[in-house]
Amino acid sequence: MNVVVCVKQIPDPAAPPSLDPGTNNLIRAGKLILDDSDAYGVEMALQLVDKAGEGEVTLVSMTPNGETSGLRTALAMGAAKAILISDDSLAGTDALGTAKVLAAAIKRAEPDLILAATESTDGYTGTTPVQIAEILGLPSVTFAKKVEIDGGSLKVERQTEAGYDEVESPLPALVTVTAGVVEPRYPSFKGIMAAKSKPVETLTIADLGIDAGQVGAIGARQEITDVSASEERASGEIVVDEGDAHQRVIQFLEQLKVL
Amino acid sequence: MSSWELSDDHEIFRRVVRDFAESEIAPHAAQWDRDHHFPVDVARAMGDLGLFGLVFPERWGGGGGDFASLCVAIEEIGRVDQSMGITLSAGVGLGANPIHQFGSEDQQDRWLPDLVAGRSLGAFGLTEPDAGSDAGATRTRAHLVGDEWVIDGSKAFITNCGTEITSIITVTARTDDGISAFVVPAGTPGLVVEPPYRKLGWHASDTHGLLLDGCRVPTTNLLGKPGHGLRNFLSILDDGRIAISALALGCARACLEHAVDYAKQRNAFGGPIGRFQGLAFQLSDLAVAIENAHNLTYKAAWLKDQGRPIGQAAAMAKLYSTETAVTATRVATQVFGGAGFIEETPIVRFYRDAKILEIGEGTSEIQRLVLARGLGLPVG
Ligand SMILES: Cc1cc2nc3c(=O)[nH]c(=O)nc-3n(C[C@@H](O)[C@H](O)[C@H](O)COP(=O)(O)OP(=O)(O)OC[C@H]3O[C@@H](n4cnc5c(N)ncnc54)[C@H](O)[C@@H]3O)c2cc1C
Ligand SMILES: Cc1cc2nc3c(=O)[nH]c(=O)nc-3n(C[C@H](O)[C@H](O)[C@H](O)COP(=O)(O)OP(=O)(O)OC[C@H]3O[C@@H](n4cnc5c(N)ncnc54)[C@H](O)[C@@H]3O)c2cc1C
Repeated sequence: MNVVVCVKQIPDPAAPPSLDPGTNNLIRAGKLILDDSDAYGVEMALQLVDKAGEGEVTLVSMTPNGETSGLRTALAMGAAKAILISDDSLAGTDALGTAKVLAAAIKRAEPDLILAATESTDGYTGTTPVQIAEILGLPSVTFAKKVEIDGGSLKVERQTEAGYDEVESPLPALVTVTAGVVEPRYPSFKGIMAAKSKPVETLTIADLGIDAGQVGAIGARQEITDVSASEERASGEIVVDEGDAHQRVIQFLEQLKVL
Repeated sequence: MSSWELSDDHEIFRRVVRDFAESEIAPHAAQWDRDHHFPVDVARAMGDLGLFGLVFPERWGGGGGDFASLCVAIEEIGRVDQSMGITLSAGVGLGANPIHQFGSEDQQDRWLPDLVAGRSLGAFGLTEPDAGSDAGATRTRAHLVGDEWVIDGSKAFITNCGTEITSIITVTARTDDGISAFVVPAGTPGLVVEPPYRKLGWHASDTHGLLLDGCRVPTTNLLGKPGHGLRNFLSILDDGRIAISALALGCARACLEHAVDYAKQRNAFGGPIGRFQGLAFQLSDLAVAIENAHNLTYKAAWLKDQGRPIGQAAAMAKLYSTETAVTATRVATQVFGGAGFIEETPIVRFYRDAKILEIGEGTSEIQRLVLARGLGLPVG
């Protein structure tokens, strides 16, 4: 059971982010960390491989500046190795371009299963993973809240608005997981030390046989035309109980169409 | 590392511990403090993370890491909860370290694996009701009866000695050769763990007095050479002082962070209080002191990791960082105004927790004594 996990390394969300005024892209200078959303995929993969009793977890990441801190965190959790694609010509790559690059790298690892998060914390278009599946010609199952491998086939509980779907699929396949799927472990000190000597293969797009015209700002078909500040969150409504609070709460929930 | 600057690995590790501290400890710290509750599950979870085993060899399940990593962990845990910070610091420095440093192979194999994994906690009883700074005044006695040592006396203020996972308490006692050390397993007949103290702070940390009333341990529980008990433990305390310095650093950092946030948000006279230089400059000074405390702490840790003498460096770090922590809690309380006196703000807890830092593992006066001796002054 070999599992590839797509992990995005992102600027620390705790530090205030800034956008490049020219391109409206997020500035990704300096230290990048493991996107929290991807910690779930890593944990899920580790548990699946553990259960299968054989195989390993490989990380795949595309990152502008050769940064590996986020990968080290995921390696410290227990992944066996990582593939990092870093290339100057990737600057300005859009989601489809990213999917092409990741797909090419994933193909080299010949996994039985590919895991990614439903959406990243910084870009959150939620479009990359399904594009990867499409490029690789694999089935994709999104929004997984439970993932099991049973005799060579994949069983997923897929979160929906009303409840969940039970989905089965042959392998290999791509699955995107939600934050509810498993509780990620904290990397232990020993894990962090061991991660230092785990292999991180750094590739350029030439290594993957990808033409520079396909990626980067030149290859991008998406363009961020405008950015505006999101509305400030309105403060919540406080219902003071004067004997009718339950009715007002029900009314409120009905308005939201959740009842 | 070739200098005492922390490496990338330390920073990655710091991030992990901070993440753990903020998710697993910070949300509950106020409650534990209020309830005087020692959260045993969290101690175990800290064990799973490898914190109790950081500096010990892999042979007993340790991480084989350096002392600086332990300081990072203590600083980060202490930044959200001083009680769990001292639980870690004492568990490693006073619980497991004496066994590792001075134990026979049998003693190490018997007790270290659980201590290192955080499945059990060890404690260390040096202080007595009538012997604290002057540890040489120890009155507890041990005498040999057949193949057993019989220990009589009492100990005061012993951290981690009464938790449900406490496995051993190492105590110093007077023997014919001077002062020796003995490993007393929890539950040994004649060992009485007194009810917990009512303390000013460190409410979630476990502290009791001990009575040793004809307490018998086998001769194989003698730790280190007979008569070397005091000497050995004074050397253990040097490490402990660096660890307390890291704990104080965490306290000071938390106070500065909270105070800066509050000074930006709280308005008075038509704007944030942080624009008053009277407050802002106190925070500037605090930032300088914290930088100094950081440098002294990690320099001392580095010297230790290099195998160089640490006596003076450890005393300087402990003295400076703990006094900085106390100052930080005072300044932060002032910045918070009336709210700083109310239990809903975390500052109050740090305020109560900080004072002991200037007392435990050698008071500030004792650090100054060590430093004055280092200067060659004829002090007592
Ligand atoms: C116009 C435009 C310009 C851009 N310019 C740059 C740039 O200059 N430099 C740059 O680094 N990025 C750039 N990006 C970001 C781009 O490369 C994103 O990685 C990509 O668009 C994925 O989008 P997302 O974050 O919305 O991912 P989503 O589709 O929300 O991601 C879902 C999941 O897919 C996986 N995934 C997504 N991206 C990666 C990745 N890079 N590596 C591994 N796994 C991944 C993760 O599991 C992730 O959680 C640009 C994006 C756009 C639209
Ligand atoms: C919460 C808590 C946890 C503790 N945990 C432990 C533990 O796990 N194990 C353990 O063994 N002990 C522990 N202690 C004890 C602690 O280390 C002692 O309290 C400390 O060393 C001071 O000793 P003392 O209380 O006897 O004070 P004293 O030694 O009586 O000191 C009283 C005052 O006299 C000053 N003084 C003493 N000698 C001199 C001198 N030569 N020059 C100038 N001033 C001097 C001191 O600085 C202090 O201000 C703990 C204490 C507390 C409160």
